[in-house]
Amino acid sequence: MKSYIIENVKKSEFSVHRSVFTSHDVLQEEREKIFSECWIYIGHESELPKNGDFKRKKVGGRNLIFTRDNEGVIRALYNSCPHRGALVCRENEGNTKVFRCFYHAWTFKNDGELVGMPGKDGFPDTFNCDGSKNMTEVSRLESYRGFMFVNYDSEAVSLEEYLGNAKEYIDLVADQSDAGLEVLGDPQQYSVRANWKLISENSVDLYHGMPTHKTYFDIKAAQDPTMRKAVLEGKGTDLGNGHAVIEYIAPWGRPVAEWTPAWEEEDKKEIQELKDKLIELHGEERGERIAKYNRNILIFPNLVINDIMAITARTFYPTEPGYMEVTGYSLAPKDESEKFRLRRNDNFLEFLGPGGFATPDDNEALELCQEGYLNNLEVEWNDISKGMNREQAQATDEEQMRSFWRRWNEIMTKENVKEEVLS
Amino acid sequence: MTETLLSTKVTISIQQIKEFLYYESELLDEWKLVEWSELFTDDGTYVVPPLGNPEADPAKSIFYINDTRSRLKERAERLLKKEAHVEYPHSTTIRNVNNVRIKGQEGDSLHVRCNFSTYRTKREVLDCFVGVNDYKLIVKDDKIMIQDKKVTLKHDSLRPHGKISLIL
Repeated sequence: MKSYIIENVKKSEFSVHRSVFTSHDVLQEEREKIFSECWIYIGHESELPKNGDFKRKKVGGRNLIFTRDNEGVIRALYNSCPHRGALVCRENEGNTKVFRCFYHAWTFKNDGELVGMPGKDGFPDTFNCDGSKNMTEVSRLESYRGFMFVNYDSEAVSLEEYLGNAKEYIDLVADQSDAGLEVLGDPQQYSVRANWKLISENSVDLYHGMPTHKTYFDIKAAQDPTMRKAVLEGKGTDLGNGHAVIEYIAPWGRPVAEWTPAWEEEDKKEIQELKDKLIELHGEERGERIAKYNRNILIFPNLVINDIMAITARTFYPTEPGYMEVTGYSLAPKDESEKFRLRRNDNFLEFLGPGGFATPDDNEALELCQEGYLNNLEVEWNDISKGMNREQAQATDEEQMRSFWRRWNEIMTKENVKEEVLS
Repeated sequence: MTETLLSTKVTISIQQIKEFLYYESELLDEWKLVEWSELFTDDGTYVVPPLGNPEADPAKSIFYINDTRSRLKERAERLLKKEAHVEYPHSTTIRNVNNVRIKGQEGDSLHVRCNFSTYRTKREVLDCFVGVNDYKLIVKDDKIMIQDKKVTLKHDSLRPHGKISLIL
């Protein structure tokens, strides 16, 4: 089998074969080995505050209903009628005791149990006594700190084991407020005309920050004169299992508890109070870390949690090698003041949203990569080597991307990255 | 209604409003974006609320665009820079404005609504944005100005567009 990835430690060179972004066979294999066997983010528990609440979701290419049943149990049901297969729930969200398929009017409780259909005399009394005509439930649904994931493989390791070292970083996000986090309304549904793995890479790629987002930093610098000298500094870390993180200082304000001169002087006091509370709860070092540091966390394969000038959870799925559907959520402390909530939301739409001053440029960069892969037959390899010559990778290095690729390769080829020993 | 009395001294016709909206479209299609930003009053706003939820609260939902006067100017200036990569080289756009109607009057400002379709093409991909624009217009020194512009996109999602890189 041809190698997708070559890591040459001696030459400090890491190469990814560009066919991984364009091949339909690779995508088919990813659907089987990655999107059917890894833990895939479905949503945050705060999206379903009341019994009967539901959200329609597409997760790993499946049509699901994310629902809190009458007993308060959160479930993931396949949104497909056990009778003929039609999509049962057509609303994007709501609150209901039952889901009814309009085709033949089969009716299900909000935990998926079949409770009614017309023409019952045409079925034996034993019909559905084994439950096989209930809406099918996804075999695995597990939560970590309110972040909920599904796994379509009933044999998979537990979510906690899967997340491994990434849990420490999810904790740093979840601990921003002892009131907990909540997802804001109206998640953003958009797309990129590029391969899905490019956004996994991009999300932990600080190297592109300055060149790609110069206009964003220019706008911020005009609001805050101290920012002109600003640099992005921190470290990149391989968290194992394909997860990765960059943790760094950045010049923007963080509504959690880091003030910026672009805000009003009087806000300093409120921010200090927020920070003091974090220090009281978590100690000096950890409190400061939560308040001050930015972190972009990549949970293999397709969840990004960016805790930067706002918090986004982003998930994405390929419908074609060169096209992905993206869903962007915004999370915030439940007890945040309206003033800081609005500031956070401004931060979100300026940088993270697809109508902002940064994300459209990321989108463009990814689409230009995809366009460049038309040359794959003659120009075959991507370079992901930056920082291999250093002991501790910096946030602007590419170690965190290499960790994604090593795991991706391991799953796809069932072998470790090929080490080229010849120089 | 052919003429609306805005104050004791000012009247405005639907024809004048249409011509103003066509002028705004033309400025945007010709990439005269700073001139576009100058159509707004000092407290002007430009807003694109979430899809399917045009009355959303910006503290509870994520908007696509929620610009104050200063941010809409930053938006216009950014898009003219070479480093606004998504719009360099500039995309080609065409804006159609129709079904222009006057919805009401509040003090000195007039609530005008129209439908729009905006086409954008770049690298031979054509995207179409459709929706409804709600304007609050005022007349200042004999000129029509925009106090608020709200763009309600009539889409299920931002797919396949993937972004709102242009000014709608």
